[in-house]
Amino acid sequence: MGSVDRPRPAKKTAKSRRKSASANEPEFVQLLTPEGQRRSHPDYDVNFTDEEYRGLYRDLVITRELDAQGTALQRQGQLGLWPSLLGQEAAQVGSGRALAPQDTVFPAYRELGVQWCRGLDVISAFSLFRGVDLGGRDTVADRFQMYEIVIASQTLHAAGYAMGVAKDGAVGGEDGEAVIVYHGDGATAEGDFNEALVWAGVFNAPLVFFCQNNQYAISEPNARQFRVPPYQRAGGFGMPGTRVDGNDVLASYAVTKAALDRARTGEGPSLVEAFTYRMQPHTTSDDATRYRDEAELDYWRAKDPILRYRSWLEAESLADADYFAAVDQEAAAEVRELRQRVMDLPDPDVTEMFDAVYVDPPAPLRAERAEAVAFRASLDEGSES
Amino acid sequence: MATMTMIKALNTGLRHILEEDDKALIMGEDVGRLGGVFRVTDALQKDFGAERVIDTPLSESGIIGTAIGLALRGYRPICEIQFDGFVYPAFDQLVSQLAKIPNRSGGRVRLPVVVRIPYGGGIGAIEHHSESPEAYFAHTAGLKVVTCADPSDAYWMIRQAAASEDPVIFFEPKRRYHAKAEVDTAAASLGLHEARVARTGTTATLIAYGPTVDVALNAAAAAAEEGLELEVVDLRSLSPIDWEPLEASLRKTGRAIVVHEAQGTLGMGSELAARLSERCFYSLEAPVLRVTGYDVPYPASRLEDDYLPNLDRVLDAVDRSLEY
Repeated sequence: MGSVDRPRPAKKTAKSRRKSASANEPEFVQLLTPEGQRRSHPDYDVNFTDEEYRGLYRDLVITRELDAQGTALQRQGQLGLWPSLLGQEAAQVGSGRALAPQDTVFPAYRELGVQWCRGLDVISAFSLFRGVDLGGRDTVADRFQMYEIVIASQTLHAAGYAMGVAKDGAVGGEDGEAVIVYHGDGATAEGDFNEALVWAGVFNAPLVFFCQNNQYAISEPNARQFRVPPYQRAGGFGMPGTRVDGNDVLASYAVTKAALDRARTGEGPSLVEAFTYRMQPHTTSDDATRYRDEAELDYWRAKDPILRYRSWLEAESLADADYFAAVDQEAAAEVRELRQRVMDLPDPDVTEMFDAVYVDPPAPLRAERAEAVAFRASLDEGSES
Repeated sequence: MATMTMIKALNTGLRHILEEDDKALIMGEDVGRLGGVFRVTDALQKDFGAERVIDTPLSESGIIGTAIGLALRGYRPICEIQFDGFVYPAFDQLVSQLAKIPNRSGGRVRLPVVVRIPYGGGIGAIEHHSESPEAYFAHTAGLKVVTCADPSDAYWMIRQAAASEDPVIFFEPKRRYHAKAEVDTAAASLGLHEARVARTGTTATLIAYGPTVDVALNAAAAAAEEGLELEVVDLRSLSPIDWEPLEASLRKTGRAIVVHEAQGTLGMGSELAARLSERCFYSLEAPVLRVTGYDVPYPASRLEDDYLPNLDRVLDAVDRSLEY
């Protein structure tokens, strides 16, 4: 992807802290307004080729469609649960595309868009939520670690991994490795998150904390998680924090890229707070009408990450109707294929719950396995007769 | 052969691990400059550097959580939790992460992490410094749990634990830290997960581990003066349990008494009694009995002699067993 022309985010200037145009808007880095107007920023910019600009649109649309299929599959009984990312596409695609191939991602459980951007088969997210496996990937080789359900636990894993990257001497220079950990606003209230900030700071780990502040931890708003927003808290842990308009794919890219470059060159950790909104309930099991109203959803619909980006592409003549139609077709094809693959996922063999717990399952566990296999076989025989 | 304390044996074992595997790391609170509050890691930072023997923030969840990350990166961390009662802030990382991530990956990711925990009472300590939390971890699939009872096992078991591809919780009986014995550093006599018959006998079997092995051996010596030949089995591995020597012993003696410091309810003794009753039912002359800490929080240290299993309580249990 394109390069970023910017000074270091650590350098806080009066200009970079200036208020947004509207008094009601939070203070954040924005390169593209909800109306699709390009804005300049003193510290951040992007410089993509036309092809790359279009590619971001393609990522946004495909991410949204794959995610929508997750919700649909859950409604049709094909998945046990689905945590939709609707509304957060720009935060995920912007940050996901800012990653270099050598970087490692520690996701939470809603990072389908990042997984897509990493070029990984997204089926693993669906097999997880279908209940076919618990993850089932070589997450180290993928440089995209396991989905983490326990809030904020992965922030410490990322801090440790990043310490290891530094120990390996793999930081310093443009080809250095960086680590990024995804978490939400709720995670910032967890002890592990705060410990991870301490560790990353103390050991100067090449780590970016990427907080998707989607405004809610299930039903609880930001006001129940913190008095000081995450990006401002970073300073207390000795690292820069930057808030970015998480519905602006260009700003999300630029700010994340700068933070990753800071990490990979050995300047240490930082925190990016992507200010965004979860348009769907927490998961398919949640009822968001109990804690937020339609007016709030309308407010955020007007900030839709894809509409604003499409408006801008059109205004700049970077893409035309044919291109948008082609992306829609490609997304539909991706979804069709995914849907079929999800439905075709076989149930696991009963032995699978036993075989990966230990390198060499001990004798008592081997005995239990044999018992479970025999019991299953007896059921199958019974059903055949 | 050299005579050394358990602390020195552990220190020597850790030293040899660091020498032989440059991916091995030691991390914990005060393990570096200070050499650990019990000096188990004495001089290791001086000799191997602060990059490999890491003084960490005072952050137990952080110790285990970052050790997981380091293991994902190819390192082999050996963590120290300073005292038994301080392990609970790390509980999520141990139980939901360290124990489960390899299984979550379908076996594609392994976490060779060792967590050393000095445990048990008998040292007149303040609250939270005398606990025996082993059953929480033995209850958790995905962890292996072991404990040493003497310097030789301390040396070999820490080395074997560090070589394990599965995570190992390594309990060190702190009241045995200063006991001296011979250590043969040339060859291990047992595997990490094997039980050991520490004394042979025919009257009844005492099953002990960690700090109570010595209690059981002393009880057996006292009983011998009364003509009772007690067999003592040192469990060594709490997860998995090495059932075969236990079953063989029970088939011989017909009687078993489990001795541990941890509270009795749902402690290791509960599992041992249940399984041995299932497996050796027709050999048993008496129910499997337990001599354990009481079902109370570890008491103020002036009461710990009443709380801890001791020679008299063990011999009383032997008498009760023989009365059946």
